[in-house]
Amino acid sequence: MVTFLDIIISGLLLGGIYAVTAVGLSLQYGVARVLNIAHGEFIMLGAFLTWFLFTTFGINPLVALFISGLILFGVGFLLYRTLFTRLRISAETPGAFEGNSMLACFGLLFIIQNVAILCWGADIKGYSFLAFPVSFWGAKFSANRLVTLLFALVICLVFYLFLSKTRLGKAIRAAAQDPETAGLMGVRINRVLALCYGLGALMAGFGGALISMSYNIHPTMGLEYTMIALIVIVLGGLGSIPGSLIGGLVLGLVGSIVTHVEPGLALVAYYVIFMVLLLVKPSGILGK
Amino acid sequence: MGIGNRTFGNTPAWIAALLLLALVAAAPLYAGVYTVILMISVLMYMVIAVSWAFFSGPTGYISLASAAFFGTGIYTSAIFGMVLPMPLVILLGALASSGLALLVGAITLRLKGIYFVMFTFGLVELMLNFILWWEVTISGTTGRVVPPMSNQTVFYSMLGILVVLVLVVFFVRRSTYGLALQSIGENEEAAAHSGVHVTAIKITTYAVSAFFMGAAGAVMATRWTYIDPKIAFNPLICFMPVLMAIFGGMRPLFGPIIGAAIFTYLEQYLITRFPYYYMLIFGAIMVVSILYMPEGLLGLVQKIRIRIREKQHANS
Amino acid sequence: MPILEGTGLTIRFGGLTAVSNVDFSVEQGEIFGLIGPNGAGKTTLFNLLSAALKPQSGSVRFKGQEITGLKPYRICRMGLARTFQVVKLFGNMNLLDNVLLAAAFGREHRINRVKAEEEAAELLEFVELPVGEETLAKELTLGRQKRLEVARALATRPDLLLLDEMMEGLNPTEVAKAMALVQKIQGRGVTVIMIEHVMKAIMTVCERIMVLHHGAKIAEGTPSQVSADKTVIEVYFGAKSNAGS
Repeated sequence: MVTFLDIIISGLLLGGIYAVTAVGLSLQYGVARVLNIAHGEFIMLGAFLTWFLFTTFGINPLVALFISGLILFGVGFLLYRTLFTRLRISAETPGAFEGNSMLACFGLLFIIQNVAILCWGADIKGYSFLAFPVSFWGAKFSANRLVTLLFALVICLVFYLFLSKTRLGKAIRAAAQDPETAGLMGVRINRVLALCYGLGALMAGFGGALISMSYNIHPTMGLEYTMIALIVIVLGGLGSIPGSLIGGLVLGLVGSIVTHVEPGLALVAYYVIFMVLLLVKPSGILGK
Repeated sequence: MGIGNRTFGNTPAWIAALLLLALVAAAPLYAGVYTVILMISVLMYMVIAVSWAFFSGPTGYISLASAAFFGTGIYTSAIFGMVLPMPLVILLGALASSGLALLVGAITLRLKGIYFVMFTFGLVELMLNFILWWEVTISGTTGRVVPPMSNQTVFYSMLGILVVLVLVVFFVRRSTYGLALQSIGENEEAAAHSGVHVTAIKITTYAVSAFFMGAAGAVMATRWTYIDPKIAFNPLICFMPVLMAIFGGMRPLFGPIIGAAIFTYLEQYLITRFPYYYMLIFGAIMVVSILYMPEGLLGLVQKIRIRIREKQHANS
Repeated sequence: MPILEGTGLTIRFGGLTAVSNVDFSVEQGEIFGLIGPNGAGKTTLFNLLSAALKPQSGSVRFKGQEITGLKPYRICRMGLARTFQVVKLFGNMNLLDNVLLAAAFGREHRINRVKAEEEAAELLEFVELPVGEETLAKELTLGRQKRLEVARALATRPDLLLLDEMMEGLNPTEVAKAMALVQKIQGRGVTVIMIEHVMKAIMTVCERIMVLHHGAKIAEGTPSQVSADKTVIEVYFGAKSNAGS
């Protein structure tokens, strides 16, 4: 029998994953000004890389998580330095850049999905890792879920500290608020933007790895995660990184509750929240 | 641009267009079955691409929800195809899609364009999810059957929809309404301050574009005959019209038409020759188009024509 | 009867109060000036009047009617038009279309395209811009762009016209022409409120002036009254006047 605690833990687990991925998207849109609708495909790549490293080389998924993340960081960083920088230079207005970069991501979406299917086939994959039950507070949980939850929360915490305490983090926040002034004050704007895009991909990689530890994966899984990340960043407030964290957790809890009541309606519930949000307070929970 | 408003005031172009139309309309009489079927696909893609560009071109609000409207049309056929006459079903499909567009527009078009993009991006998956859940949980069916129509009927229905659409787009672009649409894309705030009811015009235009996509969907359902939510709501249909319009060029009327023609043939070719790579190729074309052909194929052709004219002037 | 009345208008952006409790009234037919140092809140006040922004408190009455909270297109159709400090033209549309659009949509009732074209052509002549050219708005020089914006605003047959720094970046000859244009506009029966930094223009053309500083009104009156006002002198010349005395 599913208890209240089960639902809460599932919700936090889901929320942790949502938060990690949403923070990545928030960095990419909020700072680098790229609405990366291929974000879910990066998540999918993170998941598949982890699966691949575990099933082929036996690398512990918790270690593979970092490897996947780094690889995806590299991919994201390079992509920005080549494709998006080129678009940024040639765009007539900032609005044109946002539109063009979004469309370029649309193209990337299909490219990445196709590449994944070519590499690993279109079937559902999965692996078993720490799949033994653990009990505390009178309830049973799968160990991998608890570890995933723990890692998700740690990643979010570390990232939050990075943004608020380190010099680079402050540079990023400055660039998010006002790129021009930040540039004038010595922030190497081009590098920071590429870095942010890369960090966003890094978070996607982490998110994908975490997902692969608890759920099955398949090459078309990305779309849904992109949708959810979009809803979360609007819910938290566009441009607010703490907002994405909170929004992710909220949505995860909602998802868990709805799935318990009526499985299959979680996405619909998220969209209802999205609609209400847009009607009542589009600036989100922590938005300006 | 001057192009949209002043082109085709010349008679030779009109005559050429009518001749082409007559040629196309007579196709089922002289062309083989396979060609007619291919042309149905071309016409369908043209309807979707032109409808998409009708709204997203001038206003600059990029809709990623085409498949949701097309799919609504398909599903309307699936639900009512057995019990109502086809012309009525097509109309219902068109109206249902318009209704969905009105809802989406009312929620998102009052806000900045980015919210519109984000909302429409997920709409297809949402519709898929919702209708799948409904069919499984409430109506208990897993697939529906649509009574088939002959290839000829489907062909002429689609052609008819395209012709009406082209006429609508043509006359709107030359009217003050079309000017208002363009002004919204140029500078929305200035348009509002010049007396244009910006939100109403955006929502109405979006609903009109969805109308034609829904009609096309309702017609196509009769070709596929077996419909389930996954077949009806296919994310690829979100991507293709955008690709066609970007590649062909968004502003002139015929940009999306040419883009659609090229792509349908390309798709047929690629699906048979490279079934595992074709999405990758299309994605790459999209990225390349955005990087190197900002005005689309038509824009590129124009640039070349201007260059040639410049050279001629320099030589004379 | 005052054609425009603002009462207690206030708006804040985060910690900054851009417009603070501003009261004013403008009489029909006059040319009213709005001046103040950079950042004083002049354009923000215009934004509140044309409904580009919503005030957090206070209200605006136009021709005796409450217009706070109405949408910009409604206010335009009621007879209040404006230009923008940073020109907002329809760049890829030609000159005629820019004005035509406003003529067709900006009045109380819609008019058809033929009529709108006639009106647009007449207005382009009125502001001395070449008519019938296929030039795109974005290809014009700044001075001509500003005049196009004026033509577009006038196409909506306004009773009140808000001009935001129409003379910015113009040379002395162009400034003189602009001043003449403003008086021509008044001659058509349109009340004008103008934001300007070109002091000579304001003092010559305006009948009354209001001075804003840090979002608040610090003086109001005729040009001679305002230029003699101690607070205004201090705000504009600061240490200089202290050093003098």
